Amino acid sequence: MDDLLREFVTETNESLDVVDVELVRFEQEPNNAKILDNVFRLVHTIKGTCGFIGLPRLEALAHAAETLMGKFRDGQPATSEAVTLILATIDRIKAILDALERDHQEPAGEDDDLIADLERMVERIVAPAAQQTAGTLAPQTLERPLRPGEDSLDDLERAFRETEVEVPVKPATAASADAGPQDDDSAKAAAQSIRVTVDTLEHLMTMVSELVLTRNQLLEIVRRHEDSEFKTPLQRLSNVTAELQEGVMKTRMQPIGNAWQKLPRIVRDLSNELGKQIDLEMQGADTELDRQVLDLIKDPLTHMVRNSADHGLETPAERRATGKPDRGRIRLSAYHEGGHIIIQIADDGRGLNTDRIKATAIAHGLATEAEIEKLSEAQIQKFIFVPGFSTAASITSVSGRGVGMDVVRNNIDQIGGAIDVKSVAGAGLNFTIKIPLTLAIVAALIVESGGERFAIPQLSVVELVRTRAGSEHRIEKIKDTTVLRLRDKLLPVAHLGRLLGAGTSGEVENGFVVVTQVGSQTFGIVVDGVFHTEEIVVKPLSSKLRHIAMFSGNTILGDGSVIMIIDPNGIAQAFGSTVTSQMVSDEEAGTTHAAEDEQTTSLLVFRAGSSEPKAVPLALITRLEEIDARKIELSNGRHMVQYRGHLMPLISLSDKVRVKDEGAQPLLVFSDGSRSMALVVDEIVDIVEDRLDIEVAGGNSGVLGSAVIKGQATEIIDVGHFLPLAFEDWFRRKEQPARGRPRSVLLIDDSPFFRNMLVPVLQAAGYDVTAVASAQEALALLKDGRAVDVAITDIEMPEMDGFAFAEAVRGDPRTANLPVIALSSVVSAEAVERGRRAGFYDYVAKFDRQGLIAALKEQADVGRAA
Amino acid sequence: MNAENAQQNLKEHVTAVIGGQLFGLPILRVQDVFHPERLTRVPLAPPEIAGVLNLRGRIVTLIDMRRCLGLDRCEDDAPVMAIGVESGGESYGLLIDSVGEVLQLDDGAREPNPVNLDPRLARVSVGIHRLDGQLLMMVDVDRVLDIGGKAIAA
Repeated sequence: MDDLLREFVTETNESLDVVDVELVRFEQEPNNAKILDNVFRLVHTIKGTCGFIGLPRLEALAHAAETLMGKFRDGQPATSEAVTLILATIDRIKAILDALERDHQEPAGEDDDLIADLERMVERIVAPAAQQTAGTLAPQTLERPLRPGEDSLDDLERAFRETEVEVPVKPATAASADAGPQDDDSAKAAAQSIRVTVDTLEHLMTMVSELVLTRNQLLEIVRRHEDSEFKTPLQRLSNVTAELQEGVMKTRMQPIGNAWQKLPRIVRDLSNELGKQIDLEMQGADTELDRQVLDLIKDPLTHMVRNSADHGLETPAERRATGKPDRGRIRLSAYHEGGHIIIQIADDGRGLNTDRIKATAIAHGLATEAEIEKLSEAQIQKFIFVPGFSTAASITSVSGRGVGMDVVRNNIDQIGGAIDVKSVAGAGLNFTIKIPLTLAIVAALIVESGGERFAIPQLSVVELVRTRAGSEHRIEKIKDTTVLRLRDKLLPVAHLGRLLGAGTSGEVENGFVVVTQVGSQTFGIVVDGVFHTEEIVVKPLSSKLRHIAMFSGNTILGDGSVIMIIDPNGIAQAFGSTVTSQMVSDEEAGTTHAAEDEQTTSLLVFRAGSSEPKAVPLALITRLEEIDARKIELSNGRHMVQYRGHLMPLISLSDKVRVKDEGAQPLLVFSDGSRSMALVVDEIVDIVEDRLDIEVAGGNSGVLGSAVIKGQATEIIDVGHFLPLAFEDWFRRKEQPARGRPRSVLLIDDSPFFRNMLVPVLQAAGYDVTAVASAQEALALLKDGRAVDVAITDIEMPEMDGFAFAEAVRGDPRTANLPVIALSSVVSAEAVERGRRAGFYDYVAKFDRQGLIAALKEQADVGRAA
Repeated sequence: MNAENAQQNLKEHVTAVIGGQLFGLPILRVQDVFHPERLTRVPLAPPEIAGVLNLRGRIVTLIDMRRCLGLDRCEDDAPVMAIGVESGGESYGLLIDSVGEVLQLDDGAREPNPVNLDPRLARVSVGIHRLDGQLLMMVDVDRVLDIGGKAIAA
């Protein structure tokens, strides 16, 4: 395409977008002459340019629209009908422009219908007065009447004067008042901006990367020559390069308002079409984010605003009936929060219809009736994100075209974002979207494994641990599973080389462990070396490599070589499978996949006293020890061992377990504060990750019951039973003797296993514990006036979940101040945020004993201070 | 065949030697020819993928043509050249032993693959040209690059 034409199309499209927005504003503020001037000028410029390039159709249309707007400028009232007509004209112009861009020529066709409408409107507005053309408005005397599309000298003169000012690209930020000063700002900004194609910027970016690489090579060379005369200029070059890089990076950032630009027009058209009155508020339009991210969220945002207008907001009559103001409100806001941008789309409409969602979910076979009944309100609302789900009873022209919230979520997932919905029936709907600022640059830790370098995103790295044989942090093996002793926890670790399929010969004792956290899962990645952290530019993987779950992308390092970026999510998944791989038979492979979504627990499987396996949750164990049997001493009829400067009592699981006389004696060490005790076992078998379902309650003391673990009946040991055997006062001991009455804790968990496990833990910490199996039971207790200092609740429970419980507690004035701590196997940032909004005081991972005690203590301290 | 007809069907092809066999690629698909340097191996990648490298700021995925075509790997005589091609907006490099001259070949003179051709060669070959003294196999670049899908399915 001709350069001139191309530039015209781009420029005109942008101008038209501004006209859209401005016209909608003008309709709301008919007295704002500034807006009208702006619109008039834009349309006039379009008309002038069309005439210049020779596009008669466009010129005639623009001319007719301009004539009508000229009447507004002369003080005639701007009716909604007239504005609609102008907007329709603009749409026609856009359609012609599209064709122009495609075919490089104006499409054939007639616009007489629209032009006639426009002219009729002019006549109607000016009343019976004589029909005038725009030209006659000018004070000058014309030698002959102007033909349509011709301009008077005055108009031309004005067009010349005014085209010097670039069209403001910056969108009008808010459709509401105080627009005056902003106009000045955007006009100023526009005067200092030029148009550059994205390709140019991308190319610039690539060249800067190249420059950085070359600079790094030069620096490397100079480093080898101490007294080089190049040193100073190179330092200068280095600084300039860094600044240049930063500057080019900035060109990628754009205000989110660019994605919102079309919304005022859309909302205006919708409100006409649907007969609703809608106010669109926009806050934080100047929040900047990466162009690439912006492109990806544009459509989802538009879709959600449409949804809100179409389904969310009620008709004025319905609103009046429920005591709401006639005008519905849709509020868009955006702000930065720690490397992320948060976008909220809220309306004050009717909210989600949970009953209809239930019915649709069942009708679509997404869930059975029985399953639905168990779900909480919030969980049911989540169904709107399931593919193929749409609750709009009738398909309107606005939404319900098969593009649903599932597409929205998909788009957001793709850029590593999260979306959450909060709906209050009758009061409105609130979507919160959290997306990364940029996909392009992340801080990453550069590591080495098997001679290759890899980047691990810093965001998921918790800490680095150096391991050496014999040191405090050393990697040990339980059968084929490797674990790291890290403070008082056992951390599952795996060698990166092995995860990546290279058969490293198991020399894992000396190395670095990158402690990584993904959601609630913490694990260690063993690498051979750690170099440094670097801000890397993420480049997408080739489509031929995209199926490798272990990598999320690749990048070019400072020295010019390409390295792969590790995807912690992929590693986390692999962890699950390598930990259990030896035990999962082929036929079970299918079933474990199905059970993936259910909560699993890391269990330590061991043998003691009999050949049947026994198990205990790994998280309860402080350490695994293997001590020389000769070091075991008998004192006062009890087995003891000197351990870290203290005497540690050894407890046998049963009479059948014999403390060994020689060789290595495996022990499970449990610690609480300064005290430790150890359970004597015969053999540690494995660590497995499995769903814990106690099927048969235990008859013996010390056994919680039996569960099927990896296809074998396994006894689950009740640690709580053995602790007092070591220290009689294990549970009675007060951690803080100063406190008078023990604080009472209400524990809510539907699983008997967790109740049994946590009650002793909490008692040990000096709390008075009441455990109940459901949220309803707990609420009943609270209603009866049971004095409770703090409540601890599971999140995933049938009937009423933890979120609903917290909201119910908050909702009752008698219990509104009761702190509630959430206990969940799923600790994602999203869940924590949701918990915070539901009113949870704190959010603790299910097996994080220390975390729970700490949260309780902290809460008590706050409570005392308050 | 008259001169006019021949003019119409003549197309330029880049020739390359891989494992002693002469191959031809349509010149319009070839972006550049380069010496692969600083190749990064990609763990868990399909075996046909030799690795990735940085070529003037772009990340190029290298396809090991010997592997791809099921030809012998001779370690001492490792591939030294790469032909740069583009597909779906991504850059690829086809590792070859050496690059030959550019030949003008008539599509009409191309013969279909012999039925007993090795299936790995038959997958990428669109036909055979008889040249003086040797046979040239015409390679369809898109079929060469069609390896990811199979790797995922496997």
